[in-house]
Amino acid sequence: MTQLKEESARGRVIVITSGKGGVGKTTSAAAISAAIAKRGHKVVVIDFDVGLRNLDMIMGCERRVVFDFINVVQGDARLSQALIKDKRVETLSILPTSQTRDKDALTNEGVEKVLEELRDEFDYIICDSPAGIERGAQMAMYYADEAVVVTNPEVSSVRDSDRVLGLLASKTRRAEKGETPVKSQVLLTRHDQGRIDRGEMMTVEDVLELLAVPLLGIVPESPAVLRASNVGMPVVLDETPSSAAAAYEDAVARLLGEDVPMRIGTDKRPGLLGRFFGRSA
Amino acid sequence: MSLFGFSLKPRRPKSAQMAKDRLQILLAHERGKGSTEPDYLPAMQNDILAVIRKYMKIEDNDVDIRMESKDDISSLEINIELPTHKSDAAGAKSGPKSAAR
Repeated sequence: MTQLKEESARGRVIVITSGKGGVGKTTSAAAISAAIAKRGHKVVVIDFDVGLRNLDMIMGCERRVVFDFINVVQGDARLSQALIKDKRVETLSILPTSQTRDKDALTNEGVEKVLEELRDEFDYIICDSPAGIERGAQMAMYYADEAVVVTNPEVSSVRDSDRVLGLLASKTRRAEKGETPVKSQVLLTRHDQGRIDRGEMMTVEDVLELLAVPLLGIVPESPAVLRASNVGMPVVLDETPSSAAAAYEDAVARLLGEDVPMRIGTDKRPGLLGRFFGRSA
Repeated sequence: MSLFGFSLKPRRPKSAQMAKDRLQILLAHERGKGSTEPDYLPAMQNDILAVIRKYMKIEDNDVDIRMESKDDISSLEINIELPTHKSDAAGAKSGPKSAAR
């Protein structure tokens, strides 16, 4: 019983994954981490995409990277040396990956050791998975307690999400040890109501029916996402409110157990001037 | 005019519906395969080749392995093209077929 209590007090590991590339994993990892941290929880977001470091840019800390995840895994640096504290949200830290091309830089034991250490210190450990279903992606999901499967309403993304959901149900520590399965939820991104209305895009219901897992949130296609990444700011920290930021805030509230009704936001219609000069992001 | 325009407009199915229909069929198929997906076939083919080579001389492409799934029956078909040398063991004629189910 006491053990159970201790267990629940330790950090939760949440993997952000998708199979397909370019669907918004890193954007979502950054936004979700920042939104949880804004609520006062201690959060660390880890880049598992060894060789193609990008989380640092999305988080705007690319010039502060000294040591990285691989250095810690291989024992060349202490965890505290590699963690980068976010300058905007006090409770948020980033663990960047390395740019080495060595695919075997991450070892199971090494990753487990680092994650166990982080579980003691943080409430939430967000793992930003690389695309694909190879070693890096499997490593990112292996120790997860929960998974957010980022999916676009598009055939290849849905198919890959289905593969990834299969892996989450079989190739994780929880699955192998016969524990409670990884709790997987779909985060639908790049949702476009206009195209759905014209019959050009699968609806939320279509995707959920195909994948048969709960929905964490619906993030509309929004120019705010690119704008935020341009300046290295998680979209939820942007001062200008946007439909994407609101969607991530809602998703995070659900992730933390709140009961928030599902809604599909839209960005404010452009004003007269905006309409006059056309919509440019 | 508008009446014509309306009636002549091609009534093609909405692409979103096609996407869903295609995925429904594909995912059902891929899930069925699950973890028993035969990605071990190339390795198995090499093993079988190695075993046969212990006894006779055959080329790499003399062994052909196929797996087929129809309804609830899966069949594994292994075709081995044996050399036609009279001197070879087993007195094999060319191309005996063995199928395991």
